[in-house]
Amino acid sequence: MDVSGLLSYLVSLAIMGGIYAIFALGLNVQWGYTGLFNIGIAGFFAVGAYTSALITTPMPEGVYATYVEQLIGLNLPFAFGLFGAMVVSAVLALIVGIPTLRLREDYLAIATIGIAESIRLIFNNERWLANGPRGLTGLPQPLRAWVEPQHYNYLYLAIVLIAVVAVYWAIERGIRSPWGRVLRAIREDETAAAMNGKNVFAFKLQALVLGAAIMGLGGALYAHYVRAISPDAFTPLFATFLVWVMLMLGGSGNNRGAIVGAFLVWGIWTGSTFATDQILPPFWASRAPYLRFLLVGLILEAIILLRPQGILGEERLVSKLLE
Amino acid sequence: MTELLVYGIVLGSIIALGAIGLTLLYGILRFAHFAHGDLMTFGAYVVLFLHSELLPWLGIPELRLGALSFGGRMLGALVISMAVTAGLALLIDRLLYEPLRTRKSSPVILAIASLGMAFILRSLIYIVWGPQFLFYTQELRPAWELPLEVRLRPDQLFILVLALVLVALLYLFLQHTTLGKAMRATADNPQLAWVCGIDTRRVTAWTWVLGAALAAAAGVLYGIDAQLRPDMGWSFLLPLFAAVILGGIGSPVGALVGGIILGVVQQVSTAFLLPTYKPAVAFVVLIILLLVRPHGLFGRTT
Repeated sequence: MDVSGLLSYLVSLAIMGGIYAIFALGLNVQWGYTGLFNIGIAGFFAVGAYTSALITTPMPEGVYATYVEQLIGLNLPFAFGLFGAMVVSAVLALIVGIPTLRLREDYLAIATIGIAESIRLIFNNERWLANGPRGLTGLPQPLRAWVEPQHYNYLYLAIVLIAVVAVYWAIERGIRSPWGRVLRAIREDETAAAMNGKNVFAFKLQALVLGAAIMGLGGALYAHYVRAISPDAFTPLFATFLVWVMLMLGGSGNNRGAIVGAFLVWGIWTGSTFATDQILPPFWASRAPYLRFLLVGLILEAIILLRPQGILGEERLVSKLLE
Repeated sequence: MTELLVYGIVLGSIIALGAIGLTLLYGILRFAHFAHGDLMTFGAYVVLFLHSELLPWLGIPELRLGALSFGGRMLGALVISMAVTAGLALLIDRLLYEPLRTRKSSPVILAIASLGMAFILRSLIYIVWGPQFLFYTQELRPAWELPLEVRLRPDQLFILVLALVLVALLYLFLQHTTLGKAMRATADNPQLAWVCGIDTRRVTAWTWVLGAALAAAAGVLYGIDAQLRPDMGWSFLLPLFAAVILGGIGSPVGALVGGIILGVVQQVSTAFLLPTYKPAVAFVVLIILLLVRPHGLFGRTT
């Protein structure tokens, strides 16, 4: 591989790493700071991706319309797609959160699995909504006219990195505020937080919704990067499990940990794709994705058993004078 | 519609077998065991290996059993698979959950570990058997024509009967043996049980054995009824949890009733919805339940 090939490989790796960093940051708000057990990331991922696709693509016309069916096609700019993805994903979080967040903590987990599976089934079966199993293609990319097509990914990388920094900054601001302290108090001891007059349910719901909006943003950025989305992309293995391993590896309750974990796990993931495609005989190469999932699963169990705080561990946010 | 009701009871008996094990684990070990569906898948594939590879290779014949599409070899394979799956569950507990319990990790951490284990088991099944649909046998047996336009395959009756036998055995075990009583006491109040001198380690081990063996049986029965695919257990996870919550966590009788209800609701929904929506139907039942009666039909409000 020549230098420019390697460089473009690294750029695509960094784009996906950045998109996953956004998911891991969203999960960090929910799990890392508030202790909310969301294992339906795939659902928010899919809703973000599809919402942005429906907002930014035009309605199919003529012969094309017989091949592609979609509920709406607003043909609006990219920014509207991102915003819409965040809003719809947040609404979805409200729907999941209201019935479950007053109950035992694991009911949320079961409900989030349910919403993620249901959403995938809906997009697969309801062709009128977003073209069923074949999905939507030809998603527009912003500012394409600015650069040569072969250099476009550099620009998209910049967009993704700006989003990562913006999300990071926003969460850091929030988490260092009194609001953030309440979230961590709820995570540590819900009863104590309630006895101090905090509306535990309202704070949990806010954290769930904020995290979901961030995941919706990640989904939209993913959709406009790959430009073609179908329900297959939003399986629990690929969309939920990887994000959990990223956050657990980097360090729950640490935003920099979430980012580090995302790039690291995505690096391991794509690096091992490279290795398995080159080295393994054809029979094993066809099963290589599952070998990688096995590896990622084992990494998760190893973290839980050997280093539960992750690489970076939780950042201390209290005064250094209080020891 | 009567036919869908009958098929729903058959599906419900499979869900009930999985849900009873899950509710015991939930009640006694106090965490949501997300790998339960994948233990079902594991049990089903072990039978596939035994029934179509190992046992024929050992020269064990398939003794025909009346109108069923399979024979005695399958029953032997089922028993072995239940034991193997129970052994696997004990091994996983020793390697993964026991260290976490000793460290007094929160139940959510155990739940995450079990989610990881679910993906590990499923990846292994994909690696060994591949993603395609597999069948125990290609034999087609004529269905019986019963009154009220119900067509029932002999295999389906077998599923129902075997599930009921297993549930009855479990009930007798829980009601009439010392160990069964110890398990119920631990589910009620672990600290009190421990103070009363109940060996909680032994109770934990037996909970895994029973839960995993029942899960394996459920997976095999689903394989007999439909087909084997690596994600079959995952698609059972929602109905299993819905049945457990419907019946009240820790209540085997509740899980049985919940399982049958979920099976019937899922099957009857296929009259209006695509069959692929079954997991989504279970999810809707679960959400309604959480809104209306979060402690389940038989649960206590503590």
